[in-house]
Amino acid sequence: MTEPPAGPEGGGDREAVTAPEPLSSDPTAYAPTVAERLATYQRLGGVVTPVITALFAFFMGGLVVLATGHNPLRVYKGIFSGTGLDWFFHFGNYHIDIPFTNHHVFFWWNTSIVSNSAYNLQQTLILTTTLILTGLAVAFAFRCGLFNIGGQGQYLIGIITGLWVGTSFPHMSHVPHVLLTIVVASLAGALWAAIAGFLKATTGAHEVITTIMLNWIAYWIGSWAFGQGGALQNSTNPALPVSNDVVPSARLWAFWGNPALQALHVGFFIALAALVAFWFTLNRTTLGYEVRAVGFNPEAARYGGISVSRNYVTAMAISGMFAGLAGCLDMIGYQYRFGVLDVQTSQLGFIGIAVALLGRNKALGVGLSALLFASLLYGTSTRSLNPDVFPPTLAGNLTWMIQALVLLFIGADVLIIYVWQARRKVLRPFGIGASPRRAEGA
Amino acid sequence: MLANEPTRAHILLDQGSAEERVRQIAGTFRFAVDPHARIQDITVGQQQRVEIMKALYRNADIVILDEPTAVLTPQEARELFQIIRTLTQEGISIIFISHKLNEVLEIADRITVLRRGKVIETIPREGATEKGLARSMVGREVLLRVEKSRPTTGETLLEVDDLSVTDDRALEAVRNVSFDVRAGEIVGIAGVDGNGQTELIDALTGLRKPTSGSVRIGGRDLTSATAHEHLEAGLGHIPEDRQRRGLVLDFSLAENLLLHDYDKAPFSKFGWLSPGRVLERARSLLGEFDVRGGGPRTLASALSGGNQQKVVVAREVSRDPRVLIAAQPTRGLDVGAIEFVHKRLVAERDEGRAILLVSLELEEIVSLSDRILVIYEGRIVGEYGPDVSEEELGIAMTGAGREAA
Repeated sequence: MTEPPAGPEGGGDREAVTAPEPLSSDPTAYAPTVAERLATYQRLGGVVTPVITALFAFFMGGLVVLATGHNPLRVYKGIFSGTGLDWFFHFGNYHIDIPFTNHHVFFWWNTSIVSNSAYNLQQTLILTTTLILTGLAVAFAFRCGLFNIGGQGQYLIGIITGLWVGTSFPHMSHVPHVLLTIVVASLAGALWAAIAGFLKATTGAHEVITTIMLNWIAYWIGSWAFGQGGALQNSTNPALPVSNDVVPSARLWAFWGNPALQALHVGFFIALAALVAFWFTLNRTTLGYEVRAVGFNPEAARYGGISVSRNYVTAMAISGMFAGLAGCLDMIGYQYRFGVLDVQTSQLGFIGIAVALLGRNKALGVGLSALLFASLLYGTSTRSLNPDVFPPTLAGNLTWMIQALVLLFIGADVLIIYVWQARRKVLRPFGIGASPRRAEGA
Repeated sequence: MLANEPTRAHILLDQGSAEERVRQIAGTFRFAVDPHARIQDITVGQQQRVEIMKALYRNADIVILDEPTAVLTPQEARELFQIIRTLTQEGISIIFISHKLNEVLEIADRITVLRRGKVIETIPREGATEKGLARSMVGREVLLRVEKSRPTTGETLLEVDDLSVTDDRALEAVRNVSFDVRAGEIVGIAGVDGNGQTELIDALTGLRKPTSGSVRIGGRDLTSATAHEHLEAGLGHIPEDRQRRGLVLDFSLAENLLLHDYDKAPFSKFGWLSPGRVLERARSLLGEFDVRGGGPRTLASALSGGNQQKVVVAREVSRDPRVLIAAQPTRGLDVGAIEFVHKRLVAERDEGRAILLVSLELEEIVSLSDRILVIYEGRIVGEYGPDVSEEELGIAMTGAGREAA
């Protein structure tokens, strides 16, 4: 063997052999790799992109408002007031009572809780409650790599079973009745969604197809149950295609506002607790570990000894549980009854998809985007938007448009990531082993 | 074999002239072509040639080949080199990127060594040696050949009897294979890619149900057991594709190290994970296996290939398996990382584990194995001792040694 030409470290050969500086010409020991920087960027992008997406959607919406001859800033301000979120910004010259006395002192914030904006805020938060849960229903399945389009069906099943238990047993005591209703409706939603998970696990039937089919089945079950002659139809007026009212013992406690005018109920806290439970389940339990492993890489999960099919069923069931809970809370929380017309017009399960997508399937994200969509929905409704500012009929369309734009941009974002990954797969040519078999699979 | 070598046509609207052009290129560089063949129906070696032809089709003056021989047999690689020489004679410049030193020495006129993104040196082929190149690549002396003692074998830990397995298309991929691996030895399985190795490994690890035959690990019949039961029985498995199977790239390193043990104490109790213990163990494993480029919380995707592989090796070895199946454990790694993995495998052998090494790299098989089995079209077509020459194995891998079995 000829003597090798001395490299830069050529002189220190003998030392280098014994030196502890070991192995690998790995550049990552010194600087962050490209992949690492990319990962940081993506993590940052996970926060920045949804915000930009939402802002851009509002901007485009503003252009449309402009085209209709209205002032977009005024319209958005009107919508903002309509949501009741201005309740937090009532600064000025107010006063606050000192407890147990007749005195009051100056305070910079309006503490009045009976104002118009307080009422609007209650309504927005009631909607937020539902959207958090229907959003989680989509997000949880998503974390397992499943696209649960069936939130609406699971939501309806929660409504149907919730009303069934909630309108029965009028002599039960309060707490057990509420708990029973919640448990039955959640389990029903879970079972309903688990059907799709089971079909996916056993036959490979795609969950998008099966959940859409299940949506329609739930839709027609609801139409039958609340329609004339249906199982849950009004017993006092057989002509009315609406259910009975939830009996008082099954109603949730309202903690803010007048229950006669739809007050904010404790379901709001149940939804917040669900956000926390969602995070804990995914990040701190073995079940969540399995779900995430399957969601990221089913092949690696299987290799790791995790049953992929079992997790498909579990993840769908938990998703359905969230949606079923949403339906139930709406019934025993403030609506108390549901009719055929409601079945036909109800959308909150579907909006859950938008909530989960904008919220990046994370607990905090879902919470915030649920608040955004709830604000949009309620802020532009005929009930809350000042018709002088913008005709509410147009405003309703504006909501759908902004929602659609958000979805479109989120979709485009996913598309960009998808293209990026597809490109990586294609570019992984013969060097790192594309076998003919895999080439065929691609 | 070369007589009717198909290749892909670059299908344009003017298909006739495209075919004509392909034929013309093929004629110049002595490929026989079938422009109508589908890419998926031809071998990797042929696909490789199509890639080169695609470049020539676009009148390339410079062709860059990035690790072109990774999936070729020695014979196919030699054919590729032949093509490369023809190309250079036609005045085309070739940039040949490889981590295989012998290839570089065989084909290159000038050799440039890169390390950490910097040019370390550029030297003419004359006067370059494998040892010298390896040293410039890694920055210190590297053992190109693993030093190992004679094996002291113990009881039989992995028994495979008359095993047949089908592939995804339900075609028989492994046919009546029988062999065993004893404690303290490395048994190598050599073969060209696509001769049933993947299906064999899947069947041994519980990821694919065999159609007949049996698999026993440590005396326990695990023929139709799940992957989970295999892991419980003391199997370690370094999978052939670390990114597709070995790692969850979106998981942190700590989470990846937990892949088999997430449901065991002390890492979880009653279904609740203990992040503190998980991180603690990850930290000690990452230190022990010298994983660089990140800590326990770094995502696996952020690591280089060599470090990713170290994470996989760390996980599999740390579970103290009795049988360790290593499938292409050094694929795509640089010399330094290869040395690490090789040393570790020998060390694990000396610990008394039974190691089954499946690799497409003949050099790796020959230098590590105590016994070598050759697989061809799903059958074991020969068994050789550690002293066998690569040429002899290479011939057996093409099925010529079939009668010997």
